[in-house]
Amino acid sequence: MALLQIAEPGQSSAPHEHRLAIGIDLGTTNSLVATVRSGLPEVIVDESGRALLPSAVWYRANHPPVVGQGALAQRITDPRNVVVSVKRWMGRSLSEIDSLADLGDSGPRSPVQVSAEILKTLRERAEQALGAAPDSLGIRHQEIMGAVITVPAHFDDAQRQATKDSARLAGIPVLRLLNEPTAAAIAYGLDQQAQGRFVVYDLGGGTFDVSILQLSRGVFEVLSTGGDTALGGDDFDRTLFEYLTGLIRPAALPGSTPSALSDTDTSTLSDADTSALRVESRRVKELLSTLAEVHVDFRLPSGQHVVATVTAAEFEQRSAALLSRTILTTRRALRDAGMQASDADGVVLVGGATRMPAVRRAVADLFGREPLTNLDPDQVVALGAAMQANLLVGNRAPGDDWLLLDVIPLSLGLETMGGLVERILARNTTIPAARAQEFTTFKDGQTAMAVHVVQGERELVADCRSLGRFELRGIPPMVAGAARIQVTFQVDADGLLSVAARELSTGVEASVTVKPSYGLGDEAIAQMLTDAFGHAEEDARLRSLHEQGVDAERLLLATQTAIDQDGQLLSVADQALIGQRMAELSVLRETLKDADALRAGIAALSAATEGFAAARMDQAVRQALAGRRVEDLDTNV
Amino acid sequence: MNDPFALLGLPVQYALDRSALESAYRQVQGVVHPDRFATSSDRDLRVAVQWATATNEAVRVLRDPVKRAALLCERHGHPVDAESNTSMPASFLIQQMSWRESLDEARDSGDPAALEALRRSLDAARTSLSQRVERSIDHQQNWVEAVAAVREWMFVERFADAVEAAEFALG
Repeated sequence: MALLQIAEPGQSSAPHEHRLAIGIDLGTTNSLVATVRSGLPEVIVDESGRALLPSAVWYRANHPPVVGQGALAQRITDPRNVVVSVKRWMGRSLSEIDSLADLGDSGPRSPVQVSAEILKTLRERAEQALGAAPDSLGIRHQEIMGAVITVPAHFDDAQRQATKDSARLAGIPVLRLLNEPTAAAIAYGLDQQAQGRFVVYDLGGGTFDVSILQLSRGVFEVLSTGGDTALGGDDFDRTLFEYLTGLIRPAALPGSTPSALSDTDTSTLSDADTSALRVESRRVKELLSTLAEVHVDFRLPSGQHVVATVTAAEFEQRSAALLSRTILTTRRALRDAGMQASDADGVVLVGGATRMPAVRRAVADLFGREPLTNLDPDQVVALGAAMQANLLVGNRAPGDDWLLLDVIPLSLGLETMGGLVERILARNTTIPAARAQEFTTFKDGQTAMAVHVVQGERELVADCRSLGRFELRGIPPMVAGAARIQVTFQVDADGLLSVAARELSTGVEASVTVKPSYGLGDEAIAQMLTDAFGHAEEDARLRSLHEQGVDAERLLLATQTAIDQDGQLLSVADQALIGQRMAELSVLRETLKDADALRAGIAALSAATEGFAAARMDQAVRQALAGRRVEDLDTNV
Repeated sequence: MNDPFALLGLPVQYALDRSALESAYRQVQGVVHPDRFATSSDRDLRVAVQWATATNEAVRVLRDPVKRAALLCERHGHPVDAESNTSMPASFLIQQMSWRESLDEARDSGDPAALEALRRSLDAARTSLSQRVERSIDHQQNWVEAVAAVREWMFVERFADAVEAAEFALG
């Protein structure tokens, strides 16, 4: 079915130009970057041919950080300066994370900064492969236009914001954040031309997601999602780590009985021993995916010794509780989608941890069918992200088109009297979404109201994630219950929330884009950008001016195209006003002197054309619906 | 943009061709979704977000028969006012009580067959309420009767949630 296209501004000038776009899977254990070349998605490998970049960063004093395999190799020799699994800390402030505040030689780093190092490495890898790296004179002949970055479906607002901020810090323009299971569904769905209801079970290194999607005629509609951002393959490693820790024998007494180290007491292990034993635990886990038992004969850096035979059965018994948590979450997601396990038309396994045979068995038992595993579980998310990025920058071929309708993973609400949560947007609401609710004052003469935004499914504020607080001030004094305060939640297509509050009788307003809780405001980001790129203030000013100039040009071109196509929708007066604003903005852009004046000019033209843009949208919707009716008639004949 | 029926090009009535709704929804989102404007100006992106939001809200209301009926009542000057107006016919209240008792018993005994039987009677109640609503709105324009039926239906759905939670707890 041909969808009626709205002419996309800025794309008409060179319709056949291939724009560079990448998809990034920023994982807990490993990260990947992929792109679409000649219509096919592929993972971009490093100079040694490796697709996976370990999500590890090694910090050193007076040297640039080392990312990936090189960092991982330092885990045993310099464990205090190697950061791994930083994704687990995304959206948290430094005060919540001891390990990052205490990076021995190079000072504290925030999770946003550590992730940005990983993203920067991936960006450079992609630039090399796609011919977008600067040449010997430092000139770029092509630029990566944008990236789709995946996040666990169950990431909350703060974790999503932190991811977007990392990309900004790494100099990557973000087209969209995409939920990991949805990315996997795109890769599978388009590969298999699937129709029906599909379950994506995604067990990564540090996070678990399950999403249920309805696939039909080029539409991927997420029906429900569930997950746990603190449960992944790492936790399965940990069960082995704890088991092996209990079997450590002191170096001095070879052949003695297992030492006094208890299962949980790892505090007596040195950092180096802990790191070494973690690496060994992961190796054993991976071997147990294909072997019934693994013989461990391992010497720690301190000289202590571990000898054991670990059977698959022993491992499965020790990790059974983790696995049941994922199955319970999957059953909840099925319930939220209003279906039974037997209703699923297919089940897809994603994430390296789904290589564990016990996981495959448990999923097969629940659904009564073998899960699909024909795409590499480590790569499928990055491939789907690359396909979405390719679509978003406008590289799609005619007929090769699809639409994603995703949901919010966790309910969004406000704190009300008594520390209770008033839910405004329920989990699994399709985004973008907005909802307004009215509140009132509880004291006579109350002139301000605190708005505390929270996310989660629990009844008590204390059990939910706090996303931010702001105050609505200047409410005129009235008796209790007389003020009418409307609070509006808006969630965009990335799943990011903004909140506005308004007293209806007076129009007093306050609003906030929710991004404070993890302690990074716009200013902090700007400062980091300056530090990261070593820009002097003058450079930063020029950069901002240049960006405003590009925005102005894009808006002017888009407006002119719109007038050429649909000028008849405008009154003579509107035409004149828009023409005047365009002329003013053109002058500002040509002189290119004052970023603030340019910004004001862009805002003025945007305001003058908002109604026009809405009228064109209305017309496009009418035409699309009319096209559908004609088509319905055709099929009925 | 804010009228669900107009936005999706559907007739203003209770009876609904579900496949026409789904196809209109996809058609409209295919035009207005922000992903169609990923590289456009901020203004176009902002307008797209507004339209896509309104489209999601429209389909949410129209897919749900209770919300759809309540919207029609409200548009004809008969808001359902579920919170302030809670008087219900005695026969309905008696039915509710007997349902609640059956649910308690099923929960205590952990009997899936009893829950299944409850669910069947809930489905029957839904079917009959839907017929009542369609008759009163689409054929008779009897808004008082329509509002009464919608309010009963809201109670039924709340009870259905409790049955579903019990079923989930049983596994």
